Amino acid sequence: MSSLSSLTITALRAKLTAGEISPTDIIDDLENSNLEKDEAIGGYNSIDFEAARVMAANADLTLPLGGIPIAIKDNINVNGEPCTCASQFLVDSYIAPYDATVITKLKAAGAIPLGRANLDEFAMGSTTGNSSIKRTNNPKDLDRVPGGSSGGSAAVVAADTAIAALGSDTGGSIRQPASHCGVVGLKPSYGRVSRFGLVAFASSLDQIGPITKSVDDAALMLNALSGNDKMDSTSLEVDVPDFTVNIDQGVAGLKLGIPKEYFAAGIDPQVRKVVEASIEKLKNAGAEIVDISLPHTEYAVATYYIIAPAEASSNLSRFDGIRYGNRAENPENLIDLYRKSRSAGFGSEVKRRIILGTYCLSSGYDHKYYDKAQRVRTLIREDFNQAFEKVDAILSPVCPTAAPKHGENSDDPLKEYLADICTIAANLAGIPGISVPAGTVDSGNNTQLPVGLQILGAHLDEKTILRVAKAVEIL
Amino acid sequence: MATDHIDVNYVANLARLELTAEESTTFQRQIEDILGYIDKLNELDTSDIEPTAHAAPVFDRVREDEVRPSLERDAFLNIAPETVNDQLRVPKVIEEM
Repeated sequence: MSSLSSLTITALRAKLTAGEISPTDIIDDLENSNLEKDEAIGGYNSIDFEAARVMAANADLTLPLGGIPIAIKDNINVNGEPCTCASQFLVDSYIAPYDATVITKLKAAGAIPLGRANLDEFAMGSTTGNSSIKRTNNPKDLDRVPGGSSGGSAAVVAADTAIAALGSDTGGSIRQPASHCGVVGLKPSYGRVSRFGLVAFASSLDQIGPITKSVDDAALMLNALSGNDKMDSTSLEVDVPDFTVNIDQGVAGLKLGIPKEYFAAGIDPQVRKVVEASIEKLKNAGAEIVDISLPHTEYAVATYYIIAPAEASSNLSRFDGIRYGNRAENPENLIDLYRKSRSAGFGSEVKRRIILGTYCLSSGYDHKYYDKAQRVRTLIREDFNQAFEKVDAILSPVCPTAAPKHGENSDDPLKEYLADICTIAANLAGIPGISVPAGTVDSGNNTQLPVGLQILGAHLDEKTILRVAKAVEIL
Repeated sequence: MATDHIDVNYVANLARLELTAEESTTFQRQIEDILGYIDKLNELDTSDIEPTAHAAPVFDRVREDEVRPSLERDAFLNIAPETVNDQLRVPKVIEEM
């Protein structure tokens, strides 16, 4: 019998409601497999089994996620637990005094938060290599990165040291690590899920979403996470459908768009082959494949690397050493306290982005950079609006390559940024996207590296992309 | 268009950061590279395009101004780096006359 830790939420829920197992059995199984496996992978920054056991003993199994433990990206507040953001600014000094809305909602659905998953510091990065706490290795090949910034979340789900996890996605940070680790990662539409209690990186782009072992599990979790929240004024007052309904409908009759710009030079030939094979299967299953164009794609990375750092420079000004987190010793005055506390607390990538963002917002340059980027953002949104008049969903690679080795681009941030090309536009446009495992490529070193297919949908149309993802999963 | 000159130490100070000599050399080179790439946006004429601030079509949302529970004072004080008499302690901000 396979271990409980390797099962999906759906499979565990069947066993729980049939009375075959108890929630405590799942926690015990995770502890037994987790303790040895996570030493090699490094997916968790901390994990509190005792707190989870108390919740497991009182779990209400009649609820949709009753008794299911969920790993939480270490930038989402869970009352009483550390929330380090993988930053020395918060390590050992900050314990969350409240639950993020997504945690309140998961608990209300019966789930049990278990473990703090590693990330790039403040979610800035695409390898998890910017964590100041530890290195996370890709479970499929330990010499390689798990992707990022939700690399810990994807790694623990892929390694079966978690059942499912929460991540956050500002420019691909759920979808890209899911692709690199061979699991399912869903970024909901902007406004679908409350961000209250997520440590803000770029507020016009950030979304919280699930990383899971199956598409059904992603739909189940989205049911629990969605909905308006008075504490996040960007969360929309719209109906939340049951995302599990009609997920098995298949793709017959759906029009699926292939944007030529996402298959341009720079895509690894092996990755292209896997993605194209997946598209062929969907075609054989009855989908109509339509060539489309998203002409402003080539401007997405430049637009994003103005908007995201600009918003980050503003959001991260709250880390001042006064109310929580790192405080420098013996400052000369208040300004010196800010400067010393922040300089000692933040790592290189965070500092780099704060400086870039501050520059783009500074007097005399804000028009040239920030305003310009916001206008190009409109063009990128319009590209998608026009595309979704013709097609029901869009298919593309998630990332131009499979997971790179550790340290490959660490001295060349621009090169690393350019690899975000396939995921970033969805955040700028606010549309939902999912990464679903499509196949593997040969690493050249006796390992097979997972490759995901990305499915993008119109704003608030998560149902269609889940339906296409389910078809990919079973074909 | 040529990239404007950025002085990373000057901008770092605006953001209340201080850089080591090594950081400022590395960041100067890396951020110039990034700004050079970003200049690509000037290929596009956007004079007639409305800016997008964020991607959901909602504006000026306010909630009712109503009394509701907040966290207890201790919840804030317990995570503060330095407190005195149940208040946050900061360096002196008023100069002596």
